[in-house]
Amino acid sequence: MAITGGTSGLGLALVRELLDRGARVAFVARGRDGVERVEHGYPDSHGIVGDVSKKSDIHPIAIQVVGMLGGLDVLINNASDLGPVPLALLADTDCEDLERALATNVLGPFRLTKAVLGALASSARESRGAVVLNISSDAAINAYPRWGAYGVSKAALHHLSRIWNEELASQGVAFLSLDPGDMDTPLHAVAVPDADPIELKRPEIAAVELVDAIGNLLSFMNSERVAEEAAR
Amino acid sequence: MTAAHLPIQRPRQAKLLVIDEQGRFRHWPRSRLVDVFRSRDLVVANDAATLPASLSGEHLRSGRLIEVRLAGRDSLATNEIRHWIAVVFGAGDFRVRTEDRPQPPELAPGDEFELGPLHATVERILGHPRLVRLAFDGSSKEILEGLAHHGRPIQYSHVKTPLALWDVWTPIAGPPVAFEAPSAGFVIDWRTLSSLKERGIRFATITHASGISSTGDPGLDALLPFDEPYSIPPSTALSVRDARAQNGRIIAVGTSVARALEAAAGLDGSVRAGEGVATQRIGSGSRLRVVDAMLSGTHEPDTSHHELLRAFVDDETLARMDWELNLRGYRTHEFGDSVFVERIEHPTGATRPNPLFLEPRDRRHVALHPQQRHHRRLP
Repeated sequence: MAITGGTSGLGLALVRELLDRGARVAFVARGRDGVERVEHGYPDSHGIVGDVSKKSDIHPIAIQVVGMLGGLDVLINNASDLGPVPLALLADTDCEDLERALATNVLGPFRLTKAVLGALASSARESRGAVVLNISSDAAINAYPRWGAYGVSKAALHHLSRIWNEELASQGVAFLSLDPGDMDTPLHAVAVPDADPIELKRPEIAAVELVDAIGNLLSFMNSERVAEEAAR
Repeated sequence: MTAAHLPIQRPRQAKLLVIDEQGRFRHWPRSRLVDVFRSRDLVVANDAATLPASLSGEHLRSGRLIEVRLAGRDSLATNEIRHWIAVVFGAGDFRVRTEDRPQPPELAPGDEFELGPLHATVERILGHPRLVRLAFDGSSKEILEGLAHHGRPIQYSHVKTPLALWDVWTPIAGPPVAFEAPSAGFVIDWRTLSSLKERGIRFATITHASGISSTGDPGLDALLPFDEPYSIPPSTALSVRDARAQNGRIIAVGTSVARALEAAAGLDGSVRAGEGVATQRIGSGSRLRVVDAMLSGTHEPDTSHHELLRAFVDDETLARMDWELNLRGYRTHEFGDSVFVERIEHPTGATRPNPLFLEPRDRRHVALHPQQRHHRRLP
């Protein structure tokens, strides 16, 4: 299983949760220091330094993910860019900030998924099932002022997930797009600095919910396949 | 044939030459590929992703620049990536034809290479001054990271622009173990996989560490292909069994698939799941136990890929193929056009021995029932 943005917030909580459940986990993050820190804390994990927003980093990431794990069952596109900081009205948003949000939140997940799709489909053929989880947001659905760059990119990611799911269901690769809720994470702290952490969800709780959702989907796919084989 | 010099995997005007089991020729646009397959056939492709196997650097003892092309490994194990077989070139890169490349400095065991962030030591010279066994320093993780960032895809001078891995990974690329792209598979995109499914045509994969196609040195080229490790998933072995039980054909996408499936073949035409190393050469006189047809690039005579076709068709058909490919302007090399070659029926009307219809003593010449023959004809 592979997670992008795995050294803080929800990504780190997902790394922990998956390791706790016995998965083999690779995670990706931009900063070498952060990657080494998490690897030190979780020696069973495989850390990869890379930036999903850069097209030239995608294959180095894919080579290391699939090369180290020997295959891939689950990809979680979690790394996200907020757009302008502090948040800004769209009319005040620099073009570069919107481009960066789209590169990290849409193009990155698209490219990385494309690069590992062969490995995912191969897992699916070996009856292990394959799932891509794209981390979404309520900003993907609702039009919140000042969340323009982020909201637009998450809306695109949400739709990307839905279309991909339609197109690849027959190959056994399923896509999830889930909103983990407002969490007490570094990203949220930058977006809403005066939020009361007590009011926010713990990322550990969200990680349990998301991993449960992946697990449920995999067992549903498995039961479908068993039923299909029995009918044949 | 002229070389396809643009790195486009699926050009719209690509051609497909189909040679059926009776030795008949048809010229099709390659966009019609799916029509050569039939319900119950099994299409098998190589899902190896291509390593950036060209590493530029320095031969430390002489201080001279070199290019190292990784070309072989003992196994596909993910935790043992220290040792590699490699071909060493002198200074320069793909822009110069391999035949014209300067020689590397004389190599000896114990020589060290600095290849970007990677450091390697020559362990042995393998029967040719430019063919070596290398050991990299560092952990598997460090080696993989170094390769991923410093390596470039191996490429040849007919493609002028530097290739990125985006250009050479097939649509279904998975484990990064191929030294050069299993390029016959460029044509198998996700739309094709959907149509196969709709038409009741099975699809499966093997993983085979496709080796390098040329070194520019006749002595070295004569050693190609090197031994190539492969892995056959259990689902693929089952699909072979199921397809044969239903009289479907086993179609290899590329020579690497043919080599792996035949290496893993049992006497009865079944395929063993698991890892292995393909050491055999397939050519004239080889008896194919598993593969009934192959989709391949177009290959020039006197290459190991071309030689492999002799296991499918007789020399007369092959000569006619070469002639037609030239006459009709087919393009060659990894981004070129394709041929689909079905095993030609034996002159007596026998076709490949299908173990399900065999008497134990007569494995060579077996005539199928008329309706089965009919079923095996091209649409």
